[in-house]
Amino acid sequence: MFLINCPYCGERDQTEFSCGGEAHLERPKQPTELSDDQWAEYLFMRKNIKGIQYERWNHTHGCRKWFNIVRDTSNDKIHAVYKIGEKPPVKI
Amino acid sequence: MKKNLRIANTKFIDQTSRISFKFNGKTLYGFKGDSLASALLANNIHLVARSFKYHRPRGIMTCGSEEPNAIVQIGNDPSLTDPNVRATEIEIYEGLEATSQNCWPSVNFDIGGINNFISPLLPAGFYYKTFMWPASFWEKYEYFIRHSAGLGKAPKKPDPDLYDHQYAHCDVLVVGGGISGIISAKLSATKGLDTILIDDKNFLGGSTIYQENSSYKINDINSNKWLNKEIESLRDYPNLIIKNRTSLAAFHGYNYLLARENLTDHLSYNEKKDRIRQRLWKIRSKKVIIATGSIERPLIFSNNDRPGIILCSSIKKYIDYYGVKTGENISLFTNNDSAYETALSLNKSGIKINAIVDIRKYSESSIVKEVLNLGVNILWESTIVETHGYKRIKSFEVMKLSKDGNSVVGSKSKYITDCLGISGGWTPMVHLFTQSGGKLKFKNDDNIFVPDENKTPSDQTSVGSCNGDFKLNEIIGNTVENLKVFLDLNKTCYDDMKVICPDEKTKRNIWLLPSDKPLYKTKPFLDFQNDSTAKDVKLALREGFKSIEHVKRYTTTGMGTDQGKLSNMHALGIIADTTGTNMGELGTTTFRPPYTPLSFGTIVGRNVGEFFDHTRRTAIHDWHIENKAEFENVGQWKRPWYFPKNGETMHQAVQRESKAARDSAGILDASTLGKIDIQGTDASEFLNRVYTNSWSKLAIGKCRYGLMLNEDGMVYDDGVTTRVGDNHYIMTTTTGGASNVLSKLEDYLQTEWTELDVYLTTVTDQYSTISICGPNSKNIIQKLIPDLDLSDKNFPHMSFKNSKIFNVKCRIMRISFTGEHSYEINIQSNYAKDLWKKSIDIGREYNITPYGTETMHLLRAEKGFIITGQDTDGTLTPSDLQMDWIIGKKKYDFIGKRSLYRSDTIREDRKQLVGLLTDDPKEVLEEGAQLVENINNKPVEMLGHVTSSYFSPNLNKSIALAIVKSGKKMKGKKLIVPMENKNISVTITDTVFYDKENKRLNA
Ligand SMILES: [Zn+2]
Repeated sequence: MFLINCPYCGERDQTEFSCGGEAHLERPKQPTELSDDQWAEYLFMRKNIKGIQYERWNHTHGCRKWFNIVRDTSNDKIHAVYKIGEKPPVKI
Repeated sequence: MKKNLRIANTKFIDQTSRISFKFNGKTLYGFKGDSLASALLANNIHLVARSFKYHRPRGIMTCGSEEPNAIVQIGNDPSLTDPNVRATEIEIYEGLEATSQNCWPSVNFDIGGINNFISPLLPAGFYYKTFMWPASFWEKYEYFIRHSAGLGKAPKKPDPDLYDHQYAHCDVLVVGGGISGIISAKLSATKGLDTILIDDKNFLGGSTIYQENSSYKINDINSNKWLNKEIESLRDYPNLIIKNRTSLAAFHGYNYLLARENLTDHLSYNEKKDRIRQRLWKIRSKKVIIATGSIERPLIFSNNDRPGIILCSSIKKYIDYYGVKTGENISLFTNNDSAYETALSLNKSGIKINAIVDIRKYSESSIVKEVLNLGVNILWESTIVETHGYKRIKSFEVMKLSKDGNSVVGSKSKYITDCLGISGGWTPMVHLFTQSGGKLKFKNDDNIFVPDENKTPSDQTSVGSCNGDFKLNEIIGNTVENLKVFLDLNKTCYDDMKVICPDEKTKRNIWLLPSDKPLYKTKPFLDFQNDSTAKDVKLALREGFKSIEHVKRYTTTGMGTDQGKLSNMHALGIIADTTGTNMGELGTTTFRPPYTPLSFGTIVGRNVGEFFDHTRRTAIHDWHIENKAEFENVGQWKRPWYFPKNGETMHQAVQRESKAARDSAGILDASTLGKIDIQGTDASEFLNRVYTNSWSKLAIGKCRYGLMLNEDGMVYDDGVTTRVGDNHYIMTTTTGGASNVLSKLEDYLQTEWTELDVYLTTVTDQYSTISICGPNSKNIIQKLIPDLDLSDKNFPHMSFKNSKIFNVKCRIMRISFTGEHSYEINIQSNYAKDLWKKSIDIGREYNITPYGTETMHLLRAEKGFIITGQDTDGTLTPSDLQMDWIIGKKKYDFIGKRSLYRSDTIREDRKQLVGLLTDDPKEVLEEGAQLVENINNKPVEMLGHVTSSYFSPNLNKSIALAIVKSGKKMKGKKLIVPMENKNISVTITDTVFYDKENKRLNA
């Protein structure tokens, strides 16, 4: 049960948040121009890393804002939290 | 046999306050401060239980949470009884009633005991090997197993006790109130940190507090007196909270811990009354100090499970703490020095020590010399090869060990005894450490797993014997050194301490002690609670199990309510020895929370009954109750299901309501539909992207039905959206989908389409919705709002008007989910009930009939309108639903568009929505029933299933919707619905059954 530092509200209990899966999967601007395989890559394929993973989280029971975190899935350590649209930290 | 086994006053037991309690129906006495176990032992009762598999007599073996045998049922009311309580942990109180569990008919005469004599037939994996096959026999086995075994009886009534949850935040949490925990708490509190100290006992001080032994001195006074002073000094710290009778259940990441505080379990029934029984503490601590100590190990030899065989340290605690003799002719069996502490305590209390059997060659320690000087008979380099005595140990046989310890040599000698203390060394309690994610390392010298300091999660540390320090000077010295770093301290009050303690110099460990008999003729128990022996572990290895996790499951070793606290190390040791592996490489099994069992009551706290889940009621709810509605749960909402009149059945009520709605007028509380207010300059573009159809050209004041997909192209939600202004829409969603739709839309706005100027607000609760339908709906609305022009020209189907009813602003949509001429009035919720009543009054002359969700579903099924979630299940595209008309073909993009022409979604043999008519119009299909073409072609291919089914009073026949493989092409085809006792013949039809031309919308 970790603590997440919401960029809008501050540190809150994990129970207030929900995870939206892998971050930085940009929705293709022109989906109709993609092949089945390319679209499937966007739609279905996820890395599910053991280790450092970039994730989308939503402060569901708080400000309802989406943001990104960098989390080590092997020990739940959160290395960085940043807003949507901001660049992920280069060095973890 | 009445004996007084109470020897003297101790400071922990109040011998002036006598307490009566019942055990197996017999009234017994103990004193305030006694555990049930100590009170039973004082009454010379050792035999308290039968073992799980063989029903062997079992006695009290320990004095703590690791107790595998003395598990009792508390309370005399079978509906409220409390099972699986450890007699060693519960304190007695006036009126306590405890009974042995897992024995039938009684602990002294147990029918299942016959399993003991057929035990060669019950080896490891017995249940897997036997009872699993043939499967049809399982019911018979189950009866036998359930009747003769089992771990206690579950109460039959709801738990009557009150439980509480509370949050706590602190700088430092110290878990364990032994000497290292006390030192930690004091150092933390002295630094000014907000500190919580929790301990599962009613008395702080661990095992040191009753160590009345001059071999242990701190600053020239006995260690127990020194510690007592330290405990008293803790009172001076306002920033230190001490919680007794509180056991830590779980240690999660980010120092989030759960602890259970026992508030009334030790009190009499009168004192307990109306008080909170247990409180679950949810603790977030900046730093955690684990000081959970260690527990003594048993020794593994033949018939080591007889009543009267007790851990040495427990015998010592029963004497020194409770003032209770566990026997009058006691012998000890050990591989280390701690048994000698027990010997000194026994001697001091005038109890005869028959013999000490020690597997070591010799020990030079001062404490051993002390015992030798008392003239006690010590049998060096020897082992017990057998014990005797059915319900209590009577004697044991000793032989010399060979040099390598693998066999016994020489002659056998027999010793009479009434209690045998055993000590196989100590196991650090690392459960919490590993729960938190820490990794262990193996220390070969002591044969223990201890926290690996390099693999310890941040902001926690382990001190004392749970960290592998067993000598008093090391416990104090290492705890202080460790905390100087951990808490960033310079000088402490514990620097330069003078500590005197015995030093253990000789070690010897044999996981499975040899016997003169072959292994198969012995019964060396490993896991006392689950009745697994060393033989079982060896058998599992022979049968090819290698991983400790597999051996554990196959033999059930370590799978009892004690989670193998006593058995795990020996199981690992025997596996390592047998397979020639190093224990460090073998690893351990996983320790999972809770550390000790938690009752469900504690876990759920106040969230029971009415408080289990939120209940949402509409503003009109009270009227529905007054008018005898039956309710249906839709998500968290309570919705009227139907309104039975004069003892109608559900079927009768729904038929009447459905007919009335089409014949004249019906009224529905539709307030639960989700409502989202959408505003912003890009609102139209936003709707274009989230719905499959086009929105840009929708005129202000018009409504449109929309279908929302997931990116995978599957139908997600649907509803009518109204354009109330240039940049302003009101979207309605399904009742159950409301919050998910809002979240999904927010997600797109915040993360994908950040360029759009759109704002979403949920207004579901703010507006109530009253739907009035039927040929007379127009007349009723006209009477409600006389000045509103309801002509088809001014107010056509799929349009909306702002209006006022009793001077209250409202929005009226002319939309229809029933196919009838129909209006939906949205009004501020606090006026909704009045409007509803007024509508009923005005509509009386038109027989306005309130209807519930069942009639609503029936009416829309007559029209072939889908209900997402009932006719869809997340695997159907709009095309599968025969709704291709709603796909905006010219639209460049919308959510899910690209998926609509993936190779899988364009298959023609997908399951598709169709209508069904039964050959017998009276036959109503069951929703969920399967559809097949040919029942005789085996295996029978399932083509699909019925999703909605009703008897239509307006068509006077049964109708149904179904999804069927290639259904679109099968119109007119006959299929079979096979039921338990008949096959129902059906014909595939169009999905619209009633008013195909939509004439009634404008009727
Ligand atoms: Zn927030």
